[in-house]
Amino acid sequence: MSRTWATARRVLQQLSHDRRSVAIIVVLPSILLILFRYVFDGNQLVFDRVGPQMLGIFPFVVMFLVTSVTMVRERTSGTLERLMTTPLRRGELIGGYALAFALAGLVQSLVSSAVAIWWLDLGVESAWVVVLFAVVDALLGTALGLFFSAFARTEFQAVQFMPAVVIPQLLLCGLLAPRDKMADVLEWLSAVMPLTWATDAFTESLTTSGLNGAMWRDLAILIGCVLAATAGASLTLRRRTP
Amino acid sequence: MLNYAIEVQGLRVVRGGRTVLPDLHLQVEVGSVTGLLGPSGCGKTTLIRCLAGVQVIASGQVTVLGAPAGTSANRARVAYVTQASSVYPDLTVRQNLDYFAALHGASTAAIEKALTDVGLADRADQLTGDLSGGQRSRVSLAAALLADPQVLLLDEPTVGLDPVLRRDLWNLFTELAAGGRTLLVSSHVMDEAGRCDQVLLMREGRILAQTTPDDLLASTGTDDLEDAFLAIAEGDAA
Repeated sequence: MSRTWATARRVLQQLSHDRRSVAIIVVLPSILLILFRYVFDGNQLVFDRVGPQMLGIFPFVVMFLVTSVTMVRERTSGTLERLMTTPLRRGELIGGYALAFALAGLVQSLVSSAVAIWWLDLGVESAWVVVLFAVVDALLGTALGLFFSAFARTEFQAVQFMPAVVIPQLLLCGLLAPRDKMADVLEWLSAVMPLTWATDAFTESLTTSGLNGAMWRDLAILIGCVLAATAGASLTLRRRTP
Repeated sequence: MLNYAIEVQGLRVVRGGRTVLPDLHLQVEVGSVTGLLGPSGCGKTTLIRCLAGVQVIASGQVTVLGAPAGTSANRARVAYVTQASSVYPDLTVRQNLDYFAALHGASTAAIEKALTDVGLADRADQLTGDLSGGQRSRVSLAAALLADPQVLLLDEPTVGLDPVLRRDLWNLFTELAAGGRTLLVSSHVMDEAGRCDQVLLMREGRILAQTTPDDLLASTGTDDLEDAFLAIAEGDAA
């Protein structure tokens, strides 16, 4: 366990030397939310309906990018191979990464939720529920980033996985069109995409105080996806390479 | 008590469709500095990766300290320093060493000692990426020394270092071997062979000779290790 903590600390130390990335992680979602809010200034209803889901999507996208690029860098720089010659276990490495970026995601979600709720008057019933799901979304982005980074040879490829992994989920998650109005195949596809369940939870948060049954189900599905992607990511790490 | 820290039998490695090591046999004694010498591309790095347990092998047995290479017991007592410095450029020297110390359960005192051993005590708080190439490779070496490994696999550790640093590092290697550590040091600089207890001459994936520097000079009738290697390499080709 101490090696997991050490890895998380190391990843955060690396991040702290990159002030610009820290600024992007902390501030960018809030700026985009503010932009979004004032684009629909004449119609507060649009922001009220779509705003909470945005709070979940930004940490997902940002953490997916940050994690996959960091992990590809670890693979190509030779440090991963070195770690594979130390007593560090693969699960400890992946766990350390997940821990570090979950913490970054928590800070990001706290800032963007605070901006959305108190400045932009987003009408949610329980603020803590929004933060909870935003953090789970950040974790999901990290877990999928860890997993998909295994299929990228370069940082350039890793960045291009972002639209491939994220945009289909954005289109099908129920944000742009209600899922029950979609063709059956698309609705079925949307059901196996984790972001759909995050969006569902944020939609519920508009009318529910605390967690209702549907939200508990969403939470369970999301955590299941995080665990599956993290397990998949540890399996893609090979000690021996050709 | 083990006589051999490293034993390799019938090792065959294929990389990218090319047979890099066709059938390699090797034994390295405990408590020695062995120089692995040969032209670039002859398979030195591949052999070292096999010993570190990170290379997929086609067949053969690679035993380090009595156990197969790369087992969890061996990962705690065998250190591998790659040719390119594999430390984090976006951490300070000390943060890098703190991390590798945590992975090995090494103490803070070990960090200070490693920093002094590689002559970087005054650079501890500098960003590793801001250091010169030679300094970065010494950070990488320090990260390996922290673990107090029984076997050190060093891939071209002295490239890009000035003569004073090279001498200091070779003194450190000799000192470690005197303390019972086993070192395998690859190099393509033949004059470094003179500092080794044993030399392994390698060419095109084969060990041409395993001998001592003095015997190498005597058997080839030369007084320069570079000429001796050429004599063996060309004799083998003929």
